[in-house]
Amino acid sequence: MSENKIIKPTISEMPEGVSGPGFFATRLDKAVGLARKFSLWPLPFATSCCGIEFMATMGATYDLARFGSERLSFSPRQSDLLMVMGTIAKKMAPVLRHVYIQMAEPKWVIAVGACASSGGIFDTYSVLQGIDRIIPVDVYVPGCPPRPEQIINGILKIQKLVENESLGRRNSPEYLELMKKYNME
Amino acid sequence: MYKINSERNQLVIRKMIDHFSYAMDQHELIADMLCMTVRKEFIRDVLSFLRDDDELQYNFLTTLCGMHYQDKEQLGVVYHLHSFVNNHRIRIKTATDIKQPDIPSITTVWPAANWMEREAYDFFGIQFDGHPDLKRILNVDEMTDFPLRKDFPLEDQTREDKDDSMFGR
Repeated sequence: MSENKIIKPTISEMPEGVSGPGFFATRLDKAVGLARKFSLWPLPFATSCCGIEFMATMGATYDLARFGSERLSFSPRQSDLLMVMGTIAKKMAPVLRHVYIQMAEPKWVIAVGACASSGGIFDTYSVLQGIDRIIPVDVYVPGCPPRPEQIINGILKIQKLVENESLGRRNSPEYLELMKKYNME
Repeated sequence: MYKINSERNQLVIRKMIDHFSYAMDQHELIADMLCMTVRKEFIRDVLSFLRDDDELQYNFLTTLCGMHYQDKEQLGVVYHLHSFVNNHRIRIKTATDIKQPDIPSITTVWPAANWMEREAYDFFGIQFDGHPDLKRILNVDEMTDFPLRKDFPLEDQTREDKDDSMFGR
């Protein structure tokens, strides 16, 4: 390497707006999206090996805190992002559904690993064949289990969704229709 | 280490033939372990006898599990007994027709059989007569099948992403 250039990664671009000396004006949903994006409080719903990978993701080497998800919330009422990591048995399904219902809007769900996404190798009578049968899912992370980098990639995808969330989306007919499909509200 | 005590096996067989010749179908040695098949009407008497007899003292029910013989259209239960006093184990089997799957509960002999019988009911649908609270223990309450019966399909039937023509399901 001939050149030792320090590359500063940009995690987020400035939203478009009008700026002048001492002020910056932009759309409200853009400002809110930017704030939400870097202050997600994830609720880890970890039931098996994907949960172990998530522990590595939160650890010093991969450090999810770099992306603003420092604070894990173990109360569904305070969290924005439900991270389902691991096999969900059919007996666990009502619990997971209840946790999701208790979360306040706006909320996002990420299904980490093959089991949470589709049942994975557990194609059997006792295992839920994908959590999207009981709750809506925003991002699926494939892998058995996925590496921490993949989980971080999933979080970045969620951040993209959070950033571009419009103010009225949760009241839109499409969203209400989706909730109705899952027998919620 | 556990050692096979064949003298004790003979003693158990002799005592059982003395007392329960009418209830016993057969006895055999499987992997050096004595295994006796008993008709289901007498299972409670046989187990109480094995527990209370001064010489035998099979005071511990190691486990109890269900079975399904698809070819014979039978459901069965296996009881594993252990005598702490004599350090000796035996196995008792009983069977019932699948169309009338009732077997007397042994919760009166060993209260520990309660959850084991619930498990056998949950997975095989064996109705234990006299059980205080026979309901599912591991599977979801809404389930109507008995998943460890051999005619129960192995894979989840609600999955749509598996193409039969591709996987030869």
